Amino acid sequence: MSSIEERVKKIVAEQLGVKEEEVQTEASFVEDLGADSLDTVELVMALEEEFETEIPDEEAEKITTVKLAIDYIKENLA
Amino acid sequence: MSEEKTVALVTGASRGIGRAIAERLADDGYRVVGTATTESGAAAITEYLQAGGFDGCGMTLDVADQAAVEDVVKGISAQFGAPLVLVNNAGITRDNILMRMKPEEWQAVIDTNLSAVYRASKACLRGMTKARWGRIVNITSVVGAMGNAGQSNYAASKAGVEGFSRALARELGSRAITVNCVAPGFIDTDMTRALNEDQREAMLGQIPLARLGEASEIAALVGFLCGSHAGYITGETIHINGGMNMA
Repeated sequence: MSSIEERVKKIVAEQLGVKEEEVQTEASFVEDLGADSLDTVELVMALEEEFETEIPDEEAEKITTVKLAIDYIKENLA
Repeated sequence: MSEEKTVALVTGASRGIGRAIAERLADDGYRVVGTATTESGAAAITEYLQAGGFDGCGMTLDVADQAAVEDVVKGISAQFGAPLVLVNNAGITRDNILMRMKPEEWQAVIDTNLSAVYRASKACLRGMTKARWGRIVNITSVVGAMGNAGQSNYAASKAGVEGFSRALARELGSRAITVNCVAPGFIDTDMTRALNEDQREAMLGQIPLARLGEASEIAALVGFLCGSHAGYITGETIHINGGMNMA
């Protein structure tokens, strides 16, 4: 089983259509990876499915970087 | 039955235009879930779909209830698959001249005709964006464009849905999801059958084609908009009113 970090990065790469090596931990979805607002919503949906969880809208809005996504999953999935 | 049918959700499908749309879509090969506010309405939907030999069923839903809308869409997704076609047809009237219109009459119409379109569309978007395909057709009214004395609430709700649809069409275009409105004029349904002879004559006098429309004629247009040939039409309101209002 790959780490949470790897799984998050893989999903970000798939959803945003970028190479996995471009998905740096500090990268911002919109500014660095070219996501638009709809992409970010879909990304959260994909994370919800991968980790079998529900991320409330208020929390989802705060997840704007790869690191924030990893942190959220780690904190809420332990 | 193993082939995957696209699931279509039609609100307000127990009678009138909604029923005709549900039957049209079922005949076009969709698995149709029609909703009605009452148990008996939902049962009637199941009955006519089964009688037609179609796949699908009726469900109870009050589109003014946020949680109920979310639950029904989740239930359909689990049972049949996510609805990729949504026809927002459920609507009510509470006619009154504005100087007599009670806040409840205003609110009920806005809630069921306009806010419900927000609710149902939002609930279906997860499935549609994931599929990278979807069709939303909102049933509005010629009254949204022309206005009608005694229907300020209804006219506002229908014009509101048309603006909503244009905005949503822009949001979702990149995902091949189209959002359109069909605006019927006077159609032969229970709603128009309730009019008296004088009202009926006055109404027909405004219609170049000199007859009421058939619910099946509205349904055929909705069927076209849901189909693959209509993939380049979005954000549009298509009028179907016998010529009583030509834009």
